[in-house]
Amino acid sequence: MADTFLDSTELVLNMGPQHPSTHGVLRVILKLDGERVLSTECVIGYLHRGVEKIGENRTWQMFAPYVDRMDYVAAVSNGLGYCLAVEKLLGVEAPPRAQAVRVILTELNRIASHLLWLGTHALDIGAITPLFYCMRERELILNIYEKYCGARLTTHAFRIGGLQYETYEGFEKECLEFCDIFEKKIDEYEELLTGNRIWQQRLKGVGILTAEDCKEYGVTGPMLRAAGVKWDLRKAQPYSGYEKYDFEIPTGQNGDTYDRYIVRMQEMRQSARIVRQAVSDIPAGPIMAKVGKVIKPPAGEAYVSIEAPKGELGYYIVSDGSTQPYRVRIRPPSFVNLQALDKMCRGALVADVVAIIGTTDIVLGEVDR
Amino acid sequence: MRQLLRKVFLADLIQGLRVTFRHQSPKQVVTEQYPYERPKIGERYRGAPRLNINPENGETLCICCDLCALACPEQLIVVGWERNPETKKKELVTFTYDISRCMFCGLCEDACPVDALELTQDFEMASYTREGAILDRQTLENGLLPTQYRY
Repeated sequence: MADTFLDSTELVLNMGPQHPSTHGVLRVILKLDGERVLSTECVIGYLHRGVEKIGENRTWQMFAPYVDRMDYVAAVSNGLGYCLAVEKLLGVEAPPRAQAVRVILTELNRIASHLLWLGTHALDIGAITPLFYCMRERELILNIYEKYCGARLTTHAFRIGGLQYETYEGFEKECLEFCDIFEKKIDEYEELLTGNRIWQQRLKGVGILTAEDCKEYGVTGPMLRAAGVKWDLRKAQPYSGYEKYDFEIPTGQNGDTYDRYIVRMQEMRQSARIVRQAVSDIPAGPIMAKVGKVIKPPAGEAYVSIEAPKGELGYYIVSDGSTQPYRVRIRPPSFVNLQALDKMCRGALVADVVAIIGTTDIVLGEVDR
Repeated sequence: MRQLLRKVFLADLIQGLRVTFRHQSPKQVVTEQYPYERPKIGERYRGAPRLNINPENGETLCICCDLCALACPEQLIVVGWERNPETKKKELVTFTYDISRCMFCGLCEDACPVDALELTQDFEMASYTREGAILDRQTLENGLLPTQYRY
């Protein structure tokens, strides 16, 4: 491609780590030929805190607040994955009531995460208005979290074996109210963006990733579904009682940035649908399974993966029979999805790089851990 | 033809602008004028710690069991106690809580068997020095002083 364009020398440009469109501290080294991108190289690790190592010298319960700090816009999903992994090792299952509340909170978290993505992605493309509306609706979810577990972002909502907090009075009503408001508002976002010609021209045909590419790179989540693969862990390997709820897996055809936008919008609608079903039928009963005060899983290993808002979030934990994990390995969706950046950016314009980074929906806290 | 007309008359942009102008009513302002107007904090909010005292006689509720210090992932709680030679009971002498390292996970609160340590709804914990973030027993029992703003 390079020699067909105007005669220009290759230029190396550092994008980030302090760049507003890299969503945190991602540094991308761009090799440019004029406006065209020849190749990209990601430099990550600016936010490395050694979460996996921290896990090795904390007890099983103590590590739970730290996993919230990886993907901080979807802290509840992180907590769910960790709790499910330890529960699998312990051989206990959370009671039905706890499972229902977990599903409600994680689905609300999916909406919150996608709302933040939509706002910032639109901001990168140049549409400022959706950001304010998205933040306004996200605030409603954060208020539910604040009332339920006492924190808004790094929630620490779940405990190993179930829940620490019983639902507060009016929890069901507030969740349903949120769904009522939200389903109207999502039409508004679509009115603002979906038909807009600038939005379409900036996104259609940009950053195409076919189903084969996705499988080669291990890309999961909405990016995989936008390429037309019907793969959702909530359906494929149901956990926490997801088999009880009726929802669809939205898919796209082209695997471009526009399709990913459409898939995520549909996913938010489906999440609201799951919340409605789960709220209307929260079983009564205990919220905590029988686990001791001191958690000592038998020696062994377990891998549990869940469908986090960004893709497959996996926890591989090894126990040596003591009160502390021997090893906690985390498979973060953002980190794996980011590896496909080079494939998507080659031959694109510099302005498209911003759109592509936005559409991968990365959180650097999770990429670097 | 229809497509062309839509394009010429900027139908898609006007559709978006309609949404924007629908939100111009002053009734829909959601911004909170923070220092003038305080947010409503959830009842279970995990904010500044407080060491509760018995309101009747002013004695501390803490029984010096050290469970909060053991439960804390960051090991930022130090309970200082000594045994009273007459009654043979543990008595609380000092209690330090370093909120500069605290991540407000609530594990100490869950571990406390007598509801002595509690995370309150107070969220204004800024201080000018690092030492100011290390709370001693006196501050923990009185609670942090609410910030006064001049306006």
